[in-house]
Amino acid sequence: MKLTLKIWRQKNAKAKGTFVTYQMDNVSPEMAFLEMLDALNKKLVEQDIDPVAFDHDCREGICGSCGMYINGHPHGPVPAITTCHLSMRFFKDGDTVWIEPWRAKPFPVIKDLIVDRTAFDKIQVAGGYISINAGAAPDANANLIPKKNSDAAFDSAICIGCGACVAACKNASAMLFVSAKISQFALLPQGQIEAKDRVRAMVKAMDEAGFGNCSNTGACEAECPKEIKLQNIARLNREFYKAF
Amino acid sequence: MSKILFSSISKKFVMALAGIFLLTFLPVHLIINLLLLSDNPAQFNSAAHFMATFPLVKIMEIVLFATILVHITWGIMLQIQNWFARPVGYVSGSKTETSFFSKFMIWTGASIMIFLILHLFNFYFIKLGLVKGNPEDFYSVAHNLFKIPLYNYIYLTCFALLGFHLFHAFSSAFQTLGLNHRIWTPVVKVVALIYSIVIPISFAFISISLWLFR
Repeated sequence: MKLTLKIWRQKNAKAKGTFVTYQMDNVSPEMAFLEMLDALNKKLVEQDIDPVAFDHDCREGICGSCGMYINGHPHGPVPAITTCHLSMRFFKDGDTVWIEPWRAKPFPVIKDLIVDRTAFDKIQVAGGYISINAGAAPDANANLIPKKNSDAAFDSAICIGCGACVAACKNASAMLFVSAKISQFALLPQGQIEAKDRVRAMVKAMDEAGFGNCSNTGACEAECPKEIKLQNIARLNREFYKAF
Repeated sequence: MSKILFSSISKKFVMALAGIFLLTFLPVHLIINLLLLSDNPAQFNSAAHFMATFPLVKIMEIVLFATILVHITWGIMLQIQNWFARPVGYVSGSKTETSFFSKFMIWTGASIMIFLILHLFNFYFIKLGLVKGNPEDFYSVAHNLFKIPLYNYIYLTCFALLGFHLFHAFSSAFQTLGLNHRIWTPVVKVVALIYSIVIPISFAFISISLWLFR
């Protein structure tokens, strides 16, 4: 199929970006979206044009690096998948595809479709961990955890920190990300000891990074490739109130 | 400590508490307004007199004004931060399916604020002696106002926007307070829908009755 690509091109963080139009012929429906971009880049290199820069690593939907905003959706129009899992069969011959980087003040564009997600790292460093003696692995049954809690903690822990929640939110809020990172510990006994310090520190880091405020719109939940639920945000709020 | 008090979650907490207080005020106002439908002006006027003079109500009036002011100030503060958080928007827009009315809270809120100012001019300022009118006969003041078509257009538009605002605000406040439950959250959403329809329609019913059928 033939596609018209409108891709955000920006030389570096300081340069002014613009959309550049590329025509792609012979796009196979079996291709993954990133493979289609690889094919475009091959064509550009052959023409001595700077290839489109985009983040990618595992291409298995687990590393969270391949974030881009495609036709009005973070990670494209198909729910619950990352860009690397997006198949070209979801596009039609003759489609125009708009490809933009995440837009948020705390995620400045480094080049083309790559944004700097250090703000997420700073939030994680602030408290997204438990301090334990990393000696020999303790017995698995030493701490009994209700199945319901361990399942819910795991559902939160699968957040890959891709930033789609921020990209989707009209306020560029990072509450879904932070709430997932808080929830994965709040539901487990190991997370209780540092619970108060953790939530205070992570919310402080989130605010200092300049993310917007949650207005419970639900866009983050709708676009999250790992289907992290809004219940986590309510839990984050509860944990924060308990920390006073 | 000030950073915790003015953190994003704390500000939302204040907004939610103020919003819930305002949600409880609306039915009280509505019950009094329903007396406007009576042919006996004394009923409404004595209720208005009670609201203007009873000491506990006078205290609640101060709390109400403070709450409205906090809700508006915090709302504007949060919205400005939200705009700053995304200085560059998306050319392809947003096609995410979300709660429709939640996208326009600042604008529906601003419309309600403009209406409140108009409302203060029409009624409260008479009580304070800043605007001409008989503070002992708000029944006639209201009946005369509802005879003006333009006032009714503004009134009905603002109450439609209030309904949109309330629909999202009601359930959103519970979520902000950390109250999200597998069973109870859907119930809260249904109550929010009923509340956001019944309250504005009841106010609109009074307006239309006095405008067209009196």
